[in-house]
Amino acid sequence: MTAMMAILFYILLRGASKLRLSLLIGQPSPLKGEYGFLPGLVNTLYIVVLTLLAAVPVGIGAAVYLNEYVGRSGRPSRLVRLINLMVEALAGIPSIVYGLFGAVFFGEALRLGYSILTGSLTLSLMALPIIIRASQESLAAVPQCLREGALGCGASQWQMIWSVVLPCAKRGLLSSVLLAVGRIMGESAALLFTAGAAVNLPKNWLTHPLASGASLTVQMYLGVSSGKYIDEAFAAALALAAVLLGIYLLAGILGREDK
Amino acid sequence: MVKNILRSRGNLSRAERSRKFWDSFMYWCFSLCGLSAIAAVCGIAAYMVLAGTPAINEIGLFHFLLGSRWEPTAPQPAFGVLPMILTSVAGTALSVLASVLVGTLTAVFLEELAPNRLRQAAQATAALMAGLPSVVYGLVGATLLVPLVGKAENALFRGSSSHIFTGGANLLSASILLTVMILPTAIQVGGISLRAVPRELREASLALGADRTETAFKVLIPAARPGIVTGAVLGTGRAMGEAMAVMMVSGNAVNFPLPFHSVRFLTTGIVTEMGYSSGLHRKALFSIGLALFVWILATDLILEALVQREGGGQSA
Repeated sequence: MTAMMAILFYILLRGASKLRLSLLIGQPSPLKGEYGFLPGLVNTLYIVVLTLLAAVPVGIGAAVYLNEYVGRSGRPSRLVRLINLMVEALAGIPSIVYGLFGAVFFGEALRLGYSILTGSLTLSLMALPIIIRASQESLAAVPQCLREGALGCGASQWQMIWSVVLPCAKRGLLSSVLLAVGRIMGESAALLFTAGAAVNLPKNWLTHPLASGASLTVQMYLGVSSGKYIDEAFAAALALAAVLLGIYLLAGILGREDK
Repeated sequence: MVKNILRSRGNLSRAERSRKFWDSFMYWCFSLCGLSAIAAVCGIAAYMVLAGTPAINEIGLFHFLLGSRWEPTAPQPAFGVLPMILTSVAGTALSVLASVLVGTLTAVFLEELAPNRLRQAAQATAALMAGLPSVVYGLVGATLLVPLVGKAENALFRGSSSHIFTGGANLLSASILLTVMILPTAIQVGGISLRAVPRELREASLALGADRTETAFKVLIPAARPGIVTGAVLGTGRAMGEAMAVMMVSGNAVNFPLPFHSVRFLTTGIVTEMGYSSGLHRKALFSIGLALFVWILATDLILEALVQREGGGQSA
């Protein structure tokens, strides 16, 4: 316990001394001897948005399927148990294996190469189990009588889901998305071989997803392993930890109010 | 009844038909989403096998898994991953044992003895620490832990001529860092399973004259054992699969695992060489990935079986 506190204080101590706004929104420039995390920040934003675009509809859809269509009739069928097992398996696969898979499947088989899109698609697989699990919980917390009421008024199952179940669970669903955002922002191993390690600002905002780009975490890793930017990395770590703390707190509050 | 039959399909109003259409259309959409998890796992498995087996065929399974030399770029390349496997096993085992021990005791303290406010603060800290990115852990490990372990190493091996000094980047550092990384999960899972112990057990033990410590060790921990085991398996998965943090503290030389040896894990083996590998070397890295994948999947399935058995036992 004290060890955990000690680590947090250490990050705070070493990070705070270097933390400047110019570091976070500045560009690295060897000529001027400056370093900045703006490229990593921009790439991380791209990755988060693209990953969510792919993972949120599918994840929530899967949760709806598991909870509304097949989960209601007594004992779970063999298919449902298989799906649940696969979701557990997805959650357990290490990020480095995701990275390898993303590199051969999205990168080579689909010819996307080292690009932010490859990284995002890879991460969307990683985010899937998080979104499915948390969404399922919040859907299960919607009172059964609301469903019966809607069906009793003559709504079809889809109308019932769209107009009653999803709105009732929206805080919980949002919380599940936030959990996924936290996971995406902290990921590094899966991105190294998929999104690549280019520390550049986008040349063209529209085609940037097809370019290689290091996320904030990957940029931190590169900075540290080059041995030059350790204090800068601490500052970025502090900022990242603060943002993650905010995200997890918000997710916790939203998730709790549902119940 | 007769009326329903008479109102045959053709008489359905337009709105009714579109309602029916959307209903079944969305059903299929949701089913597809539900099947996506199965598709994802099967796809990953298929591609890992496709990418991982050629090198194993070429090297030979025996030489690959049990070979002790990893010299991928030598004129006579050797691809034996035994040192990395043993390192991963040793590092994981050490850190899981330590974190389960410390985590369970911490959970007992927090649940049974600590004042409310301390418990809440500790739980919030654990939640944050569980979500902290591994790069951040690696950063702290590299700047805080490695120099400390390096000092200990210098003191221990002073004057030794055969020891290769690692400066603190060794198996011990990696194990300590992994312990800290999976500790939050161990505390959380331990807390959950302790809270699930029926109140009567605790009260019965106290009523029989046992004090709180005795109750904790003789009643609560045995009763919470399934949860603690689950936590250990979860920790094993996380520790086995951790790459970036370990990479920054373990030294990365291929050696057999001794506490003060610079070592390379299965995961870090992939990260270290992926950037510049080609040909058989690159394929061999995918084989390492396959080995890791199979291992983790097996652990998961065992856990699932354990949980289902425990769950079945409780509901029966």
